[in-house]
Amino acid sequence: MSRAPQLKALVLIAPLLVFLGMFFVWPLITVISQAISDPAISRVLPHTASAISGWNGKDLPSDEVQAAFRADIAANTDEMAMGDVTRRLNASKSGFRSLMGKTVTALKETPEIPLVEIDKRWGDTAYWLAIRENASPYTDAYLLASIDMERGADGAIKAMPEGSSANAAIILRTLWTSALVTLCCLLIGLPYAMVTASVTGWKRALLLGAVLLPLWTSLLVRTAAWMILLQENGLINQALMGLGLTNGPLALIYNRFGVVLAMTHVLLPFMVLPIYSVLLTVPGNLMGAAASLGAHPVRAFLRVLLPLSLRGVISGMLLVFMSAIGYYITPALIGGATDQMISSVIAFYATGSANWSMAAALGLILLVLTLVLYALYNRLSREPGQAR
Amino acid sequence: MTKYKTAWYRNALAAGAAVLALSATTAGARDLTVVSFGGTFQDAQRELFFKPFSEKIGKPVLDEAWEGGYGVLQSKVKAGQPNWDVVQVEAEELALGCTDGIYEKLDWEKLGGKDSYIDSGASDCGAGHIVWSVAISYDGNKMTGDVPQSWADFWDVKKFPGKRGMRKGAKYSLEFALMADGVPANEVYDVLSTPEGVDRAFKKLDELRPNLIWWEAGAQPLSMLQTGDVVMSTVYNGRITGLNKTEGTNMKLVWNQSIYAVDSWVILKGAENKDEGMDFIAFANAPENLSKLPAHVAYGLPVKAAAEMVDAQYAPDLPTYADNLAVSIPLNVDFWVDNSEELTERFNAWIAQ
Repeated sequence: MSRAPQLKALVLIAPLLVFLGMFFVWPLITVISQAISDPAISRVLPHTASAISGWNGKDLPSDEVQAAFRADIAANTDEMAMGDVTRRLNASKSGFRSLMGKTVTALKETPEIPLVEIDKRWGDTAYWLAIRENASPYTDAYLLASIDMERGADGAIKAMPEGSSANAAIILRTLWTSALVTLCCLLIGLPYAMVTASVTGWKRALLLGAVLLPLWTSLLVRTAAWMILLQENGLINQALMGLGLTNGPLALIYNRFGVVLAMTHVLLPFMVLPIYSVLLTVPGNLMGAAASLGAHPVRAFLRVLLPLSLRGVISGMLLVFMSAIGYYITPALIGGATDQMISSVIAFYATGSANWSMAAALGLILLVLTLVLYALYNRLSREPGQAR
Repeated sequence: MTKYKTAWYRNALAAGAAVLALSATTAGARDLTVVSFGGTFQDAQRELFFKPFSEKIGKPVLDEAWEGGYGVLQSKVKAGQPNWDVVQVEAEELALGCTDGIYEKLDWEKLGGKDSYIDSGASDCGAGHIVWSVAISYDGNKMTGDVPQSWADFWDVKKFPGKRGMRKGAKYSLEFALMADGVPANEVYDVLSTPEGVDRAFKKLDELRPNLIWWEAGAQPLSMLQTGDVVMSTVYNGRITGLNKTEGTNMKLVWNQSIYAVDSWVILKGAENKDEGMDFIAFANAPENLSKLPAHVAYGLPVKAAAEMVDAQYAPDLPTYADNLAVSIPLNVDFWVDNSEELTERFNAWIAQ
């Protein structure tokens, strides 16, 4: 009988569970599995995949391997699955796309033709190595590539050649830019929230409105507005030159300064609101009490108000930082080439080259970063009484 | 009591199931959906092709805009039941998708046979719609006297001081860099096919790096040229002619060493309105309809009969105009289909430094 209320509770939260499952758990599992597995080759070329595992990687693969390859191609009827194979192989070794197209067509006409006669590239072990590399349905290649590492011919993990990939640098830049934005938001947001919490009536409404209004405006619109303000002949430069403060226009856009400025503006509400809501719970007479005990206002602030608002500060910093690391539009429109963040790389792999595994691997790295931060937040925001 | 409760659970479960079932079913038949690259170009297409075709078949024609990207189409087809039927794609997306099997094969009898198109305009999966160029543009009002005439000039920051805009990406940038380094236009892809050629192109890009502003959307270089953020930029030719017409600017195009490519109509595999889509392509590319396009947007036409019908006053602005064609080169689609991923990764790494 005691199970009935439990069951009822379960039914009541069923929509929530379904929602979480459909829009959180399932996509998450898909992304993780995309990042570490790609069964395209083992599925479409099963005989080749098993035959090539015994190949030494130095001489050309034996006739059995080549025959298995021909048989697999002949047996395939799913054009789109073959497309997946081609795309996967071409991502490992450029040139595979034209090679596979040519080979599939030729084998359809004459199934027994030796591969080297179709194209001399089949005499190059590099192409066979790419097949062997991708034969297993599970791989760490994408995760490694997302931090500029790869496996050499001997299977050992090593750094990619200089200049061929910059994911690690871009991830570091993403973190650095986000940290800068968080700091700027804190420097502006903390005093702002304190002032807002300390005034009442229309003043508070005005200050809150100034923070909330941008939240109701589309991100794209706000970013475009910054473009108008910051550009070479924009309002800011015209005003500065009109006042005679500068001789020529300042470089405000297409650099890191512009990105940090615009992102700070966009993300400021996420810093102000949590701090403000925490400050509202702080009794207004505490500062007065501290003063009556002889504390200098600065000391009272540092010892009383700041510690009490810390939980809001940490929430705000975390919200801003975690939103910032996923930013895409603002750096794309206001940043220069060296200000792009990791989202732009993910977008390239997803929409540009349909390399979903690579996009998933990079996404996974972002996710892990966020989770680490969240764990940190949980530790920091624990009530002092609960601290172990 | 128990009975009542059981009924309650059953109702709740039934309601939940109904919600799920509702969200899973599609909302009936969708009208023909045509997708193009947006902006004033698509406005012109809507007037010239979408609306008249809708009147002809007596049914609505929906149109949507996209910004390119092979992954977008691939994921739509892969997921099954794509919500787009006819899409205008760039040459590379056409070639990739045709080998990957994400497009329907076209009925060339309806389109008047492949012979009625220029060579790169007709393939199994795609029917060419426009020919467009990437070229240098500069403001003719600001730059007088000595004007840029080649990629060597584009790279010459002493002769023409100031920033330059360039489309962000390996495609086009590497070709332009090699031409600036003195590689003859017709040998660009031979050089680029060698590792040394790629190194050479990146080295040449290094030279110009401090003076480059990269753009991604076709409207960006126009505003950068207008505001003076750049003194010259690579542009899509049709945008410049359009800007001069609508805003009275005096932007000049440098046809010398420009690169042209064909955009084509494709039908996504498994599209609901496949047959209607086929009829639409035949309608839009019919010479009497297609030939009206250059009056609105300055793109060339890959349908031979349509190109001949174009009014003489618009012809010199088109990439397919004989004088323009003579000094430009076609984009080598096969090269990019094979090398796009590797070179783009390297380009991204280069640009991030």
